[in-house]
Amino acid sequence: MHAEKEILFRDSASKALLDPQLRANFRRAMDGLITKRRNQFPDPRDLQDLRDLSTAIRSRSLLSLPELLEQFEANCTKNGIQVHWAETCEQANELILGIMQAKGAKTLVKGKSMVSEEMHLNAFLESKGIEALESDLGEYIIQLDGETPSHIIMPAIHKNKDQIARQFSQKIKDAKYTEDVDELTAMARKVLREKFLHADAGLSGVNFAVAETGTLCLVENEGNGRMSTHVPPLHIAVMGLEKVVARLEDVAPLYAILTRSATGQAVSTYFNLISGPRGTDEKDGPREVHLVILDNGRSRMYADPQLRATLRCIRCGACMNHCPVYTRIGGHAYEAIYPGPIGKILTPQMEGVGVRHDLIHGSSLCGACSEVCPVEIPIPEILVRLRREATHEDVGSNVLGRGTGRTAAEDWAWRIWAGVLKRPALYRVASWFATRFGKALPAGAPLIKNWTRTRTKPVPARRSLSERMRAEGGSHD
Amino acid sequence: MTDARTAILGRLRAAGGSGPLPDLDTAVLERRQWPAAERVERLRKGMEAVHTEFLEATPATWPVVVRAFCDREGLKNLLFGPTCEAGADLAKGWAPGGTQLMPYDRPVEAFKDELFTGVDAGFTSTVGGIAETGGLLLMPGSAEPRLMSLVPPIHIALLRASTIQDTFWSAVKALGWGRSLPPNALLISGPSKTADIEQTLAYGVHGPKRLIVVLVQDLA
Ligand code: SF4
Repeated sequence: MHAEKEILFRDSASKALLDPQLRANFRRAMDGLITKRRNQFPDPRDLQDLRDLSTAIRSRSLLSLPELLEQFEANCTKNGIQVHWAETCEQANELILGIMQAKGAKTLVKGKSMVSEEMHLNAFLESKGIEALESDLGEYIIQLDGETPSHIIMPAIHKNKDQIARQFSQKIKDAKYTEDVDELTAMARKVLREKFLHADAGLSGVNFAVAETGTLCLVENEGNGRMSTHVPPLHIAVMGLEKVVARLEDVAPLYAILTRSATGQAVSTYFNLISGPRGTDEKDGPREVHLVILDNGRSRMYADPQLRATLRCIRCGACMNHCPVYTRIGGHAYEAIYPGPIGKILTPQMEGVGVRHDLIHGSSLCGACSEVCPVEIPIPEILVRLRREATHEDVGSNVLGRGTGRTAAEDWAWRIWAGVLKRPALYRVASWFATRFGKALPAGAPLIKNWTRTRTKPVPARRSLSERMRAEGGSHD
Repeated sequence: MTDARTAILGRLRAAGGSGPLPDLDTAVLERRQWPAAERVERLRKGMEAVHTEFLEATPATWPVVVRAFCDREGLKNLLFGPTCEAGADLAKGWAPGGTQLMPYDRPVEAFKDELFTGVDAGFTSTVGGIAETGGLLLMPGSAEPRLMSLVPPIHIALLRASTIQDTFWSAVKALGWGRSLPPNALLISGPSKTADIEQTLAYGVHGPKRLIVVLVQDLA
């Protein structure tokens, strides 16, 4: 499994690099997003103050997470929202199936939800005979092609207009070929309106969960989130357990920094606050609202003081927009639900550092991600930590699969290195050989071939530092 | 799933909080304050930037302004909430002929198809606006159901200048939203939009294609 994944990431990254269309699509999109974000933060002091406040709010919420979750659950229940808990994605899927079956629901329209991607909910429901249709335009586009999102905010960013035009003309009934964006959007609107009207249930994610009011907050531009949560008689929401904050006023700065960091918008078109099902005298809205709270490894991250910072993430995607690796290879090369920098620390923590050993190394550690992160998650530090965990079974750490990323070749290399360093005579002999004959080492030699694949081979100096010092009359003292 | 709940909360508790709660310095939010007239301008600028259209009115003229818009656009009908104050005021002087006023007075199930295909516009009131970014605050409910501002292709919203707050943060406090909330409340800044196809903006992807704000100048 480990070896297979390792080859996959390297290969898919290399393949992506050779695809000029894909690279152009990402380059253009990411450059645009970087500029738009920059324009939203003209005052560096304001930006830093807002980041500090947002980081403090997220850290505070996490410090009292169990209490806030209990308060949130109690208030949701009081408001008529039925709360369910799931340890694993399988449990969450079964819960949703059960809720739907109890109502005889056969069709589901979905707003955008990364947690439902984490659960592979669509495939699961389809295997049970339930149609799950994505209604966010980007998600709908990729669902038509049987693809997964390549970005957490803009799932279809890897496709250009012509590709979408071709796809719509082939896959949507009675659709004609057009490259006009308004016409393409209108086509999707027509199909999806019909689905909203008749769907038995709607599903949404949750951007922020407010403990003091028992409220689910949903940030969106399209209105498909409102359609999915207001039109069908049943609304099911899914969220990771870290989403809760204490008060509604805490949400205001988080929302402000989220939309600005994500798409460079001062505000989204809709900010929905859902606090319950249709009231007794209301004329629309769902009759039932259910909420599934998912763990899937989050409580394990929570237990570690350093890794806990991962849970501050508000899923804005700014880290991927600014990542030199992501910008060049796009989201699919990661072969993970969450791509880019946040994915590189989230996926190994969810699935185990051994399984995704390859991902942890796919970073230059340049720090662009943590520099833009609105809640100041130290992504490079966590990456370095996970790299260590992958090869060491440290006592006290609870990282899944720690130590399993160790390879025999690496192990031997380090042992030999340590052995040589511990014996000065041996070290002298080894460095004499390395300086004289290192040049002759072929670039394809086992331990250096990964390095030399994309870089020139390092050539040792003709004399070692000690030799030069001796020659110049210096001493080790 | 009580087992999952107990296990999850147990694990979180066992991990325990570590360190003191960080202080919250809200100065960055507090310094966003403007005089009332500037609030109106800011809101308008923010919303016009995302394709919202404005109609000027006074406390006395707004129903006429709404009617004139409907006639000008040749709207067949306008969905409204007959029991809410603004809806009742609108209906009072609505002359027969031209655009028909259509009351949202029954459960949506009774006219879902018609709502989706046969309604030209929806009219709602608002409970406030946001100056900093531009946006309307709505509290749908029994008098003004949720779908009025979502399903028809045009949403006409009544906004009184005196209800515009500085920021979303100050609005949450001023409206007491932190204490309790109805099943649905929301912020709307423009017509429904997407940039999912090659980053090109397209309006009206799922919700209204046009948002018309009837701005009532009621500042002293
Ligand atoms: S890690 Fe930071 S920048 Fe990346 S998605 Fe999360 S909040 Fe945004």
